[in-house]
Amino acid sequence: MSALFGKPLCVLNEGIGSFADAIVQRGGAATRLEWAPPAGGDRAVGTALARLVNHPAVEGANAKAAERYLAAQPRLEGIGMAREALPGMGERMILHAGPPIAWQRMCGPMRGAIVGAILYEGWAEDAEAARELAESGEIVFEPCHHHAAVGPMAGIISPSMPVWVVANTTHGNRAFSNLNEGLGKVLRFGANSTEVLTRLEWMQKTLGPTLACAFEFLAELELKPLMAQALHMGDEVHNRNVAASSLLIRRLVPALLKSAARAADAASVIEFIAGNDHFFLNISMAACKSMLDAAHGVARSSMVTAMARNGVDFGIRVSGLGERWFTAPAPVVNGLYFPAYTTKDAAPDLGDSAITETAGLGGFAMAAAPAIVKFVGGTPQDALANTLAMTHITLKRNGAFTLPALDFAGTPACIDARRVVDTGLLPVINTGIAHKEPGVGQIGAGVTRAPLACFTQAVAALAAEVAP
Amino acid sequence: MYIQRLLPNLYRDSVSLMQLSAALGKLPGVEQASAVMATPGNLEFLRQAGLVDGDIAPRPNDLLVAVRGKSNAQLEAALAAALAALNDESVKDIRGAAAEAPLRSLQMALARSPAANLALISVPGDYAAAEAMKALRLGLHVMLFSDNVALADEVALKRYAAGRGLLVMGPDCGTAIIDGMPLGFANAVRRGAIGVVGASGTGTQQVTSLVHRRGAGISHAIGTGGHDLGKDVGGITMLHGLRLLAQDADTKAIVLISKPPSPDIARAVIAAARKAGKPVVINFIGSTEDPSGGNLHLSRTLDEAASAAVALARGRKPPRTAISSVKPPKLKFKRGQRYIRGLFSGGTFCYEASALLGDVWSNAPVDSKRTIEDPWKSREHTLIDLGDDVFTRGRPHPMIDLRLRNDRMLEEAADPQVAVILLDVVLGYGSHPDPAAELVPVLAKIKKKSGSPVIVASVCGTDEDPQGLERQEAALRDAGVLLTESNASAARLAGAIVAKLK
Repeated sequence: MSALFGKPLCVLNEGIGSFADAIVQRGGAATRLEWAPPAGGDRAVGTALARLVNHPAVEGANAKAAERYLAAQPRLEGIGMAREALPGMGERMILHAGPPIAWQRMCGPMRGAIVGAILYEGWAEDAEAARELAESGEIVFEPCHHHAAVGPMAGIISPSMPVWVVANTTHGNRAFSNLNEGLGKVLRFGANSTEVLTRLEWMQKTLGPTLACAFEFLAELELKPLMAQALHMGDEVHNRNVAASSLLIRRLVPALLKSAARAADAASVIEFIAGNDHFFLNISMAACKSMLDAAHGVARSSMVTAMARNGVDFGIRVSGLGERWFTAPAPVVNGLYFPAYTTKDAAPDLGDSAITETAGLGGFAMAAAPAIVKFVGGTPQDALANTLAMTHITLKRNGAFTLPALDFAGTPACIDARRVVDTGLLPVINTGIAHKEPGVGQIGAGVTRAPLACFTQAVAALAAEVAP
Repeated sequence: MYIQRLLPNLYRDSVSLMQLSAALGKLPGVEQASAVMATPGNLEFLRQAGLVDGDIAPRPNDLLVAVRGKSNAQLEAALAAALAALNDESVKDIRGAAAEAPLRSLQMALARSPAANLALISVPGDYAAAEAMKALRLGLHVMLFSDNVALADEVALKRYAAGRGLLVMGPDCGTAIIDGMPLGFANAVRRGAIGVVGASGTGTQQVTSLVHRRGAGISHAIGTGGHDLGKDVGGITMLHGLRLLAQDADTKAIVLISKPPSPDIARAVIAAARKAGKPVVINFIGSTEDPSGGNLHLSRTLDEAASAAVALARGRKPPRTAISSVKPPKLKFKRGQRYIRGLFSGGTFCYEASALLGDVWSNAPVDSKRTIEDPWKSREHTLIDLGDDVFTRGRPHPMIDLRLRNDRMLEEAADPQVAVILLDVVLGYGSHPDPAAELVPVLAKIKKKSGSPVIVASVCGTDEDPQGLERQEAALRDAGVLLTESNASAARLAGAIVAKLK
């Protein structure tokens, strides 16, 4: 509290603009707000929000959650097999991106990818049988996020898939992601042809084991410095991973050559990685997941710890609100489409990759990757503006990830659900666009926003848990 | 001696680190400093420079800061400076694109203007209480101009604020002047020694304008909103405002303005006023109670309250407040012309005139038995508050939009029984930019007909108001309006004119 008398009046003017003019005309100080009803005009949520603003219990919880996120040290530990590595992974279980969803409601690419995974696991003879099996209820479908994992696009992980293992050495938790297949006809966009299955098999039999050999000759692969360096090289480690993938392969090649891997395998692995600008994406995602899982579960914290989409629903999780998801329809992405495709062909927003934005990267670090805004016809200035706008809905700046274009300021990180609802500024997400039909693949890329409704629900739920 | 610190997994590019090293090297007591990624090459370099031990192992992912000098304290200080620079969370770029970003929330605005101490909130009533609560939670005092805020919300806000030493002016607070700054609908007045706490917006405007007109000035004028002195709220803001002004060294005399409060609240306010330690003028408009004595002074009108306060602030006795007889000029009326029709844009002006004139019909009467059935249709002596919800629904307030009153004036002038049309004209920030210009053509139309009524009016404003008091008065005088300095004297003049017409 500051005194009203005895020092110059300094006014925040919210509403009728001419009131501020009068103060300024008389030589006073007034700051003008451009106010709109918060929570999209929902008064009940607006009232709940007002109660949470600057609430000591929430502020304290957020400080703790943010500190955990900032202190996390993700290290790429190696390669594992989903069935052994992932906590709670069942033998007849398939993990998918986004919040929970039943087979009946899944989007085309997710269904296609599940059919592919069933064939890959050998649980069915052909696609028709695989579909029947998926429909039968015999297979358990669960979100990757429920198993400390994340997957881009459809995000399908089945028991026999190799996964990246990232350890947060500060807090001891681990996070996982599948391996990136490259572009074109790939499982994560719902393709399940022989070409796709053959590659998945190669990944299981050759890529995974060969990389595992290399890890024996790798010094500790700390991910924060690598990602920080990639940001300085034009990546935002979500939609642009070319620098990070290059930095990774620079580390992998000597280790691979020293390892016991067959020369032919090593060559095919190096060739595969070198041919995929997005190879690092899945590692970036697992790193982000490990940092955010450390921040999850602080009672009364309003910090967002996951944003994920399943192609139908967009869901978020909040540190202080346990395992609940707050969902809203997934938006269609505004972006640049490959020739012959339009928004009509697009599946709604899909994938766990928004974990990067949740961790202050991706769209939040767009200032590092001005090339990204070209997807929406923007300018480098727009990239800076996007990053700066996110400072208003985040609790912290992450000094580990700095942005040269903003005079080496840290990336805005730790989304505060309260601030999203109060400002109406929605988290910006850089993302690829999947065709709505399974197997067509990526048809564009662009920039989208997390839906407000996820955050208004979270704020209402938090208000119910916090004493006035 | 030298000291060093390894920062695990913190990456900075080499150019940034060279800059940091150079900056550290300039700090007092630092002979040499280096910040590098702890690669084998860099470590070798530092070894040669005598900045690290021979046995430090390379950690290429870690950032190493090493400083050499003579004083441990100075080296620790240099190390702390390095850590601060590396953890700088400040938004260095705020002057750029973010500076122009629209401010969407109070929290955002407060981050931009950390010296802010008051939120002036005029958002729609449905959202106003939530915004006010946010402001209070952020440690801001609040002026809540918005109306249509539930009484329960008002009570909750004021109780929350009271526990934290914060002031809530409003809801439905039209006017305040804090630190010389006009808030909401307010007149431009000089700063001075008179403090005001007003439950009535136009009442406060009248007193502050008259104080200015009479050569004195205002320290602060605090608005409470119209419901503060009711039973539910219990006068929280008036009592708080009174306390603030009592403690304020710049304030030598205090004026309290309200319609008559409920008896319990009035007692509490009067008791608090007695302990103010400085003169307090009480104007409970229309009240017949007289709490005078000691430091308390009763005034029957806003005009008298202003005069009393001016005198008291100068250490003089208030002038005698015997109701003066107003002498009307010689006027000619047709047979049958005898009624007053008052058309007010300020609710308190209407109420004060009703209290002074007695037997009048009104939509906001002093005595509820004198409530007019149809506020759109006058009868006998009628005083209408055109700021009433009946008239403002879907229309701007009559202080901003004069058209409704202009039409009503023509209607009243056409009534052969009407002798006087009584008006208020309110200047100041927020009001119409040139009310005289709107009124003059209407007055000309009225004057053209024989047997037209005489127009009596007062202008509430100051020479510093954007509309200019002198210019407004001159235009109205030229159009034949009988002008008085205050609303009370206008009402008395109107009363004196019709007194002869029975």
